[in-house]
This record gives sequence, C-alpha cells and structure tokens, in this order.
Amino acid sequence: MSNQPLHRELGLLDAEFARVKQLMGREPTDPELVMFSLMWSEHCSYKHSKPLLKGLPTTGARVVMGPGENAGAVDVGDGLAIVFKVESHNHPSAVEPFQGAATGVGGIVRDIIAVGAKPIALLDSLRFGPLTSQRSRFLFRRAVEGISHYGNCIGIPNVGGEVQFDERYEDSCLVNAMCVGIVPQNRILSCAATGLGNRLVLIGNRTGRDGIGGASVLASAELGDDDADKRPSVQVGDPFTERKLMDCCLALSEVGLLVALQDLGAAGLTSAASEMASRGGVGLAIDLDRVPLREEGLSPGEVLVSESQERMLAIVLPEQLQAVKDMAERYELDATDIGEVTDTGELEALWRGEEVVRIPSLFLTDDVPFSEVPQNAAPPTLPIELDTVPEATDLVAAWLAIMGDPNVASKRWVFEQYDQLVGAGTIRRPGGDAGVVRIPGTDRAIAVTLDCAEWHTELDPRAGGQASVLEAARNVACTGALPIAATDCLNYANPEKGSTGWRLAESIRGMAEALTAIDTPIVSGNVSLYNESPRGPIYPTPVVGIVGLLEDASKSVGAAFGRHGDQILLVGYGEPRVDASRYLGRCAGLPPAPDLVKEQALITLLVKAAQTGLMQSAHDVSEGGFAVALAESCINGGIGADVTIPTGRRADEAMFGEGGGRVIVSCHPDHVAAIQGLATGGLGAKVIGTVGGNEVIVTIGGCTTRVPLSDLREVWEGSIPRALEA
Amino acid sequence: MSATRVAVLRFPGTLDHESAATAVRAVGGDPVFTHHTDTALPEGTQAVVIPGGFSYGDHLRPGALASRTPIMVAVKAHAAEGGKVLGICNGFQILCESGMLPGVLRPNASLAFICRQADLEVADADTPWTGGRRTGEVLSVPFKHHDGAWFGDPSDTRVVLRYTGENPNGSIDKIAGISNLAGNVMGLMPHPEEACDPLLGSVDGRALFAALLA
Repeated sequence: MSNQPLHRELGLLDAEFARVKQLMGREPTDPELVMFSLMWSEHCSYKHSKPLLKGLPTTGARVVMGPGENAGAVDVGDGLAIVFKVESHNHPSAVEPFQGAATGVGGIVRDIIAVGAKPIALLDSLRFGPLTSQRSRFLFRRAVEGISHYGNCIGIPNVGGEVQFDERYEDSCLVNAMCVGIVPQNRILSCAATGLGNRLVLIGNRTGRDGIGGASVLASAELGDDDADKRPSVQVGDPFTERKLMDCCLALSEVGLLVALQDLGAAGLTSAASEMASRGGVGLAIDLDRVPLREEGLSPGEVLVSESQERMLAIVLPEQLQAVKDMAERYELDATDIGEVTDTGELEALWRGEEVVRIPSLFLTDDVPFSEVPQNAAPPTLPIELDTVPEATDLVAAWLAIMGDPNVASKRWVFEQYDQLVGAGTIRRPGGDAGVVRIPGTDRAIAVTLDCAEWHTELDPRAGGQASVLEAARNVACTGALPIAATDCLNYANPEKGSTGWRLAESIRGMAEALTAIDTPIVSGNVSLYNESPRGPIYPTPVVGIVGLLEDASKSVGAAFGRHGDQILLVGYGEPRVDASRYLGRCAGLPPAPDLVKEQALITLLVKAAQTGLMQSAHDVSEGGFAVALAESCINGGIGADVTIPTGRRADEAMFGEGGGRVIVSCHPDHVAAIQGLATGGLGAKVIGTVGGNEVIVTIGGCTTRVPLSDLREVWEGSIPRALEA
Repeated sequence: MSATRVAVLRFPGTLDHESAATAVRAVGGDPVFTHHTDTALPEGTQAVVIPGGFSYGDHLRPGALASRTPIMVAVKAHAAEGGKVLGICNGFQILCESGMLPGVLRPNASLAFICRQADLEVADADTPWTGGRRTGEVLSVPFKHHDGAWFGDPSDTRVVLRYTGENPNGSIDKIAGISNLAGNVMGLMPHPEEACDPLLGSVDGRALFAALLA
C-alpha cells in the first residue's frame, strides 16, 4: 500500500484538492472526494481540451442538437433526426481487449438510446501495433471478437470503419466506436432533470464492483508496467441485457413515460446524476441503499462511481412510476426508484440513513480548474526530394507488396465477423468507401464513415486535421451522399508533454477550417488523451465520423467496376507525392495541404453525378495511391481494367503516391461528357482507360505494368489472415 | 379474402422480427408478433416464422432456452397438424433444440462469426419452400452466424438448400437448410428476409416467405 494521501491515489492534483476544499468550505467526505476525482478527471471534464474545442463549427441549418448532450442530432426531413456520436474505449481495450472493445460498443449505443433514438448503424476505428508483434495480434484479434460478440448480439448492423497498424500503437491501441440512430424530432430526449418531486429511476443491470475508477486511474493516465493491476477497472459487458434495455427505453420513450434519460458511463451514477442535475438546474437526492447490488459489501463511494454496464437513469413523473416498472418487467429488467428531484441544486446521497454526500452539482460538472495545454510547436518537416527515394525496379512486385500491406489490404477478416445486415437496411456493406443504410420508413439513406490521416497530422497537424475531415467527406460523397454533419474522436498522447498540446490545437484548427469549408458542423465528439506509454506517444489521431444524406436511396454508388467497356475517369485535383505514403512506408516528409475550395467542388460533383445516375462506380484514391484504388475497384467488381496515366512523373510516384483529392470514377461511355461537364472549379476529369478483361494494366510514360486480377486479389484478401496465422 | 395470418415469434433477444414481418408483408401475408410467454398462437394463425437473433443471449446453447418456452408448445401442436413453420438462423437452432427438426447446429469450423453473401443451391425442388425453382438453381441470400454448422444424419431430413463453392461453416454435406420429412417445417441458417428488396441486392429470399402463404 502507498502512503499517498487519498486524493493523490484517486488521481487529483494537490491544487485540485485545495480547490475542492475551497469550493466546499470544508473537508470532503471520502465518497465526495471519490466523486470529485472522477468528475474532474480529463476523461469526464475535458479540462485540457475544452478550451481548444471552441473553434469547431457546431451550428447549421440541419443541426437539431449540437455538442453537450449525449449525442448530436441532425434533421434529415420528414420530421426525423439522425443521432450520432463516436467515442473512444482505448485504455480499457489495451488492458483487456475483448471486454474493453465490447463495452466500448455498449457505451456508445447507450448514448444514442439516451437521446431516445433507435440505433441503425455501428462503425469502428481501430489502431494496433504491427501484426508482426504477438501482443498486437492478440489485442487485434480479441478486440474484434469483443465488438463482434457485443454488436452482433444487440442487433445493430456494423457498416464500416477503419483498421490501421503502426508501431506507435503497440502499447496504446485505439478502439473508437460510432453509433448512428434515428428518432422523430418531437421525441428527442434531453438529459436535463426537471420537475420537483419527480422520481429518479435506475433501469437495467445491478451495480457491482466493475469499472471502479475507470475514468480516472485508467483513462486519464498513461499506461505503464503495472497495467495488469488495472484490470478490475475494466467493465464487463452483457449485450443481451443491453438489447433488453434498449427495447425497454425506446418503448418507454414512445409512450411518453420519460421526462429525461441519461446513460451510466464513465463515473457511473455520479456522472449521470450530476449531469442531469446541472443540465436541469435542479438537485437530486439519492438513497444509495435502494440501488440494487450484485454483491455485498460495496461502500457508498463504490456504489456512486461503479461503471457496471447496461444501466440507464430516468426521470419519471411520480404517477407514472408504476407504469415504468411494469414496462421494465415486460423486458425482464429491474427499474428501481432510487431518489427524487429537489430544488437545492445539490447532489445528496443517503447511506444507511445518513447523509454521506452533499455537493452542488455544478461543482462537479462546471467548476473543474481548466489546465492550459503547453503549446510547443514541433520543428517544421520538409518535403521529400524524390531523388533520395530509390525507384522501384519491379513495379509489379512493388504493387503486390503494397496491396499486401495490412494497412492497405482487405479488412474482410474483420468485418465478416460483424453482422453487417441486421434490420434489412444495409444498402452498401463494409469494404467500400462508406456504409450506406436506409433511413427506416423513407426512400432516403445515409452514408457513414470513420477516417483519420494520422501520419499527415503528425507531420503537419493543421493540414492533417483538414485531411482527416476531407478523407471522410470524400468517402461519403463517393457513395453519392452529401456530407451533412460530423462527429470526432480526438485521440492524443499526454498533452503536458512535448508538442502534443500544440498538435492537438493545430489539428483542431485544421479540422474547423475544413468542416467550415464543406459546411459540415460537428454535433458530438469525444476526447481521449494520455494515449502514451514509456515507449512514447501515439500519433495525433483525430478520427472523424461523417454522416451524409442520399435523397434517393436507390441512387447510391459503390466502389466496384461493373460492365465491360465502361470508361474510367480520374476526377479531382492534386498530384501524387511519396511524402507519408504507404509506398514510402514511414511517416516522413511534408504531404501537400488539401485545397478546401476544390474539395467542396469535388463533393458537389460526386453528389450531382450520383443523383443523375451517371456513375457506375466511384472510389477515393487514398492509402497506397492510384494503383491500389484501381485494383480495389477491379477486385470488388471481379473485372479488370486498362488505363494510361498521362504524366511526366516517375512511374512509382504516379502509381503509389498519395495526396490531393482524386477519385476513380467509372461510367457508361455515353455519360463521360456529362460527368466532365460537372468538373468545374479547377477539377480535372480525364478519361484514362476502360473496364474489362482479367488483368489490371497501367501504362505510364510508355511503360506498361500488368498484373492478373487474381494475383492482386490473392495478396489483398489473404494478407491479414496470413499475418494472424504467424 | 383476408391475408394469410403469420405468427412471427419474439423471444427476449430476438433481432430479426421486424425484417421478417416486412418480408411476410411483402409477399402479401399478415404478420402478427407473438411473445414467448404466450401459450397460444394468435387466432387464425396459418403459418409461423421463428426469426433470427440471439434469444436469451445464446446463454447455455443457441436456441436452448427459447425451445423450452410456453409458445413453443403451441408451435409444436401447429406443426403436428401440418401447419408450416419457418425457422431462420436462431429460429433454425430453436427448431433443432426443440426436436422439431433433426440434428444440431455446431459452432462454425472457423470458431468465428461469419457474415457473407452466399449462393445457395436448391437441393430438392419438391418441397414447398423454394417455389417454382428447379433443383440446382441458385439463390443469392446472405448468412451471418457463429453456430451454423448443421450436424446430423441427412437421411432423417429433406435437404432443401446447400452452400455452393467452399463450405463456409463446416456443415455436413454443405447443408444450409433442411425440412422435416413431411415438408412442413423448414429451418435454414441464411437470412431470406435480408434478400427481399432490390435495394439490398437480391430478392431471392421471397420464395421462402411466399411458401408460407401457399
């Protein structure tokens, strides 16, 4: 046992402890101190990041509910709103990948339910160390199994996401999960507690000892050698109960039995109750003895901060309490009246009849001392001189090698373990540029994706923030959907060290610029700091989720080539560069910054071309460059292609270089002129070849490279399964 | 004449009841959700669908707990009188666990959940379940399961559908769906309700729902 004072053991700084005593005007009780330590952790309070987030655009004509609630909501017509958010579960997944990833899914789903929305799609953004490492293979395999186990059982289709491998994530893996839901706008629930005398009802699982201190000691500190000791801080998930909880809460909302609803996530009852009280400007009195427990011997502090999963907190009219309990019984769940709304503005808790907690809820939610993040700019990097990069002598071998890079290779091994279809609404499945899901009861659909350009963000944080947004937007637009709103999960290292704080601020600035340029506000988000181990920091990883709207669900476009004889166009702007490319194979150089005006023009082109049915396929050129994107459109369509790239560039740079906003489009020969007519504002739309055959053939400067489609498919699809067999 | 009434069962953890009901409606039937605690099928029920999902969270074994609920007594009586029953995925597992179909569904050979589009070959055109399709014709229907490898003696059943190409889960004789010898009870692992709408890429699943009404 350490001899540290309690507040330090709980993760509070001495200055923060002094502030607690000053606010309270007395010594806090032990349970009170535990509550402060959780609520004032970075994970719950965003004390480092909140001032920086203010620059992000959060308003727009479609925004129904912006950041601050459980999830954001945007208008998609017919009185409906799409509700969505992305959240991290990095630290628990690094300690116990199966449960960490599983409960990451559970947590984000409850955020959507808390708004009263029915979940219709899940996505995941995963980052691990290289698959050559046994530990990384274990973490990757188990995290995917955890998502599969939880997501499949709750019955929400998994429609997309991304997976990356890099040494920087060896000790600090990233597991980000996004959930999208649908709700009639007049049924959107707030978490604000209101109505003096209204009852506070805990619905769902019993409370146990799991996840104690998860938000503070685990999520708001760097990982170290003693991580195994933190395993009890990881929650354990039960997707069957989550499904019942979801059905029950949505049924309660549908019949109007809920005044307010909030999920229990990080810091459990403490966080849920203080958020509800602060938001509603009321107090809440909780009788801890009434909280149903899974085991005996919990202390009042433990009951207040347990992160036991599958629990929701509802505000209910006293006269409707019985109806709520009856509904819960129908779903075989507990619903327990644990307290009431008061007018004190204070959070009160009774234990064995004695008051153990009395804290003005605003102290917990709004009075955290913000920490200024040091702004140490990293020295600027320089573009790579191509002459210093040896030219690949065998382009076929280089092509196959990149196709087999696990970062580029097919993620089929991952998404085949997920139910992509449940609900009969999945129009475009994982593996394309974005997942497309029908908006239930309408002829419209949404396209969703999660993306991040972490190498670019490391080298040039502002441009990397822009690139992360634009990559997601381009992917959504490739399906024909117009990007309408975004969510973000900012995964960074320790902001107090090195240039991390500067990178955080600069990349947020870049994201804000790009989001403003494409008129796509942020409606929800999450920040995860301290993703750092003794071996070093992760790359700055601003994961961006974008939702796009398709007015006609039947007009969505996929990435696969279709018919023999279709024309292939390279649409967009920018030139390929080896800087920070997969071909270069390392995070170095200075990739060109995106052109925000041309990106908006490109999105407009793609959406118009899809609406008018001009395109057979559209696929974004991203990691691995043009040759990889071309091969993917061929593999997905089961048909070859023959193209000529008119360029004076070195062949390897032209084939595998990255950068700019470039999209490979295929169409019927009759539609070429119409697509080219849409290419205004400095965009190119040159015809570069034809779909057909069973080879993929690229000619540059008179030199032709040809590979059988089956060879490309074999390395691309086989790479990850083979790496896991090692 | 009113539409054929089809009971769509709903256990705690059932997921595909709404999609199954939509599919029943699409072929002209009248779906009625029927809960696990009910002791009788709805008045006038002519056919039963047991949709997919994770009834009781797959606790014990997939389908084991659901097969012992009150409503399954009524479903057995319905089948004994020649009424049609279609079990999809977890519904197939429930039918095997309840003894209404022979055999068991073992974990996939890969021990992983697999979600994939499949080409299913009609192995026996003489059951009511594949409409006018001839033996050897192929239906494009997705599957998604962790425990879908049918194991048993094929001679106890009529094999209605087989996977083509590589066996995805290790089932005996690549079996994807079987019926009882009488032909009125059908179970399959693939999800025909996910193949009833051109927007989803295939309408080949409609044949199985149409068969309920025939």
